[in-house]
Amino acid sequence: MADFAHFSCPTSLRDYPHVILGHGGGGALSRDLIEGVFLPAFSNPLLDRLGDSTVLDMAGDLAGGGRLALSTDSYVVRPLFFPGGSIGELAVNGTVNDLAMSGAIPKVLTCGFILEEGLPIADLARVVERMAAAARKAGVRIVTGDTKVVERGHGDGVYINTSGLGVVPPEVMVGREPPRPGDAVLCSGTIGDHGMAIMSVREGLEFDAPIESDSAPLHGLVAAMLAACRDIRMLRDPTRGGVATSLNEMAAVGNVGIEIDEHAVPVNPHVAAACEILGLDPLLVANEGKLLAIVPAAAADRVLAALRAHEHGRQAVMLGRVVAEHPRLVVMKTRVGGTRVLPMPIGEQLPRIC
Amino acid sequence: MKHLAEYRDPETARRLAAEIGRIVTRPWAIMEVCGGQTHSIIRNGIDQLLPDEPGRRVEMIHGPGCPVCVTPLETIDKALAIAARPEVIFCSFGDMLRVPGSKENLFQVKGGGGDVRVVYSPLDAVKLAQRCPEREVVFLAIGFETTAPANAMAVKLAKEQGLTNFTMLVSHVLVPPAIEAIMRSPGHRVNAFLAAGHVCSVMGTWQYPPLAARFGVPIVVTGFEPLDLLEGIRRAVVQLEEGRAEVENAYSRVVSERGNEAAQRVIAEVFAPTDRAWRGIGTIPASGWRLSDAYRAFDAEQRFGVAGITAIESPLCKSGAVLQGTLKPDQCPAFGKECTPRTPLGATMVSSEGACAAYYNFRHG
Repeated sequence: MADFAHFSCPTSLRDYPHVILGHGGGGALSRDLIEGVFLPAFSNPLLDRLGDSTVLDMAGDLAGGGRLALSTDSYVVRPLFFPGGSIGELAVNGTVNDLAMSGAIPKVLTCGFILEEGLPIADLARVVERMAAAARKAGVRIVTGDTKVVERGHGDGVYINTSGLGVVPPEVMVGREPPRPGDAVLCSGTIGDHGMAIMSVREGLEFDAPIESDSAPLHGLVAAMLAACRDIRMLRDPTRGGVATSLNEMAAVGNVGIEIDEHAVPVNPHVAAACEILGLDPLLVANEGKLLAIVPAAAADRVLAALRAHEHGRQAVMLGRVVAEHPRLVVMKTRVGGTRVLPMPIGEQLPRIC
Repeated sequence: MKHLAEYRDPETARRLAAEIGRIVTRPWAIMEVCGGQTHSIIRNGIDQLLPDEPGRRVEMIHGPGCPVCVTPLETIDKALAIAARPEVIFCSFGDMLRVPGSKENLFQVKGGGGDVRVVYSPLDAVKLAQRCPEREVVFLAIGFETTAPANAMAVKLAKEQGLTNFTMLVSHVLVPPAIEAIMRSPGHRVNAFLAAGHVCSVMGTWQYPPLAARFGVPIVVTGFEPLDLLEGIRRAVVQLEEGRAEVENAYSRVVSERGNEAAQRVIAEVFAPTDRAWRGIGTIPASGWRLSDAYRAFDAEQRFGVAGITAIESPLCKSGAVLQGTLKPDQCPAFGKECTPRTPLGATMVSSEGACAAYYNFRHG
């Protein structure tokens, strides 16, 4: 839901309804953009100083053995707005989730915008407002940023880079022990929602299935899991490349085999139907608000209960197990009783011809 | 999805597999013609449910029915040459983009500045031609009888709308001549065929009884879901065990004897039969469609002068033997070595429906 509580009309930008090259020039136009669009949305004491860099005092956060987690990601999604979200939510939640997978509590974000000449300022304001709302929801502050403008035709409206800094509490250590045979592989909910939400609004695809992106911050969910079990072996958020890619990474990094059950894989029926139509495999479709976890067998039920008690884990399931056989390979037991290797995809998944 | 779940029911699958196991008394080799069926068999692990004992087994041979796999190298090279032209918007189904030509693929042409776009229907390419009158829109029309009606309709619409900036690079192929070529090839091991359900939904089943009679081979029209495939295999095995060679329709919820006659009329108007080269196999007489003389103006080969392009395939690639069922993908010396999905020598390693890619992705290790 859009939240305009902190939005102010970009009056000084009235003469320029679109981004022009001068908005990235560092002069008065840049200043207009900062004061008319970015500051009203992102305002906080650290950002409002508008220094060349921001100084953070984290002594309190790090007291007693807390550690810093750092991550960066760039966002280039097209279209900018899609059912269930926009590039703004992705730019916050994506980096927040990368931090969360280390067990970190996200604290601050940096934010770099690359704008394409001709972008309506109103669209930029909507993206920025949705970023600000996502940041408030995730409890992170955007403390420094940068804007550049590229010529028309050299970008898709808005590209965003965010870097995030988080704090891993002293007692938390995801992956203290490596995964071992018998461990449970958990998935926090339905898969493929984000990728198919994007597909459903791309040019040329006109099915009107009500599929929404699952973009959401996951550090609260991770904190709930850690409260249920300190010994989480591995966490991954299966974004690009989907669940199949993340499971393969987990098997490779842990040097173990993974076996999953096809009938356990949670897929929203609309997503499943859209995938059928296009010949896509939901296991290879991107997610933006889901996680995969490997946890000790003895803690599986406890962690599953913690997941299901959280708003972002209601449909969590146990996908399968870590096995001693076929190290570094993910094998799926099919619904009809066969088995197949779940491969690491090569590049983009391509819709099949027929 | 309700109606899909019904055709994936594990309990019924086990029952069908058990019944196949009970009736088999000898080794049989059954070829599924269609790449979509190959994909489903491997993806669901259906071949692992079939009896596999010395002297009493059912082996699935993966036939030449992946349109991406059999599209000849020279068609790809022609596509690459056209797609690289600055005035062209080149439209293709997604899985053709990674198919290697002699030097590169469509992804690389796109990376080099070519305007290559994935479309989900040829009609989208026609719309694009309307919207961009200053550009030349070219659609890569490949596939079996299944994709032909939509492709034919696109050309027909373009003609009705008087579009002069829309053309097609046509490389359509046909199932019945391929079945005939396989049955005539020396050393083939095929005892029965699963005919491709979606091809038959367009063309009907009437083309197949003469083939079954002439070659003494059972042909069972089969669908794509796990239970469809198991039922098709079961019916083929029953025929083989009883010494019959007939055409049976195990996909009657979709396929009728006469097929989709409206679609056949459009195809007959827009396309005409032609000899066609199949990648890895060679030229099969009257095994394809080209644009008919009435629609020659929409032929991209003529428009862009690429008819003279020829190509030579890699000598290491044994995809022809794989497509004819005389070699399993993992028996090819290049399999998993020189040839992987990242560095495919032949199209059978490229398409997700290709037999080699299916083996590599779902079996290796």
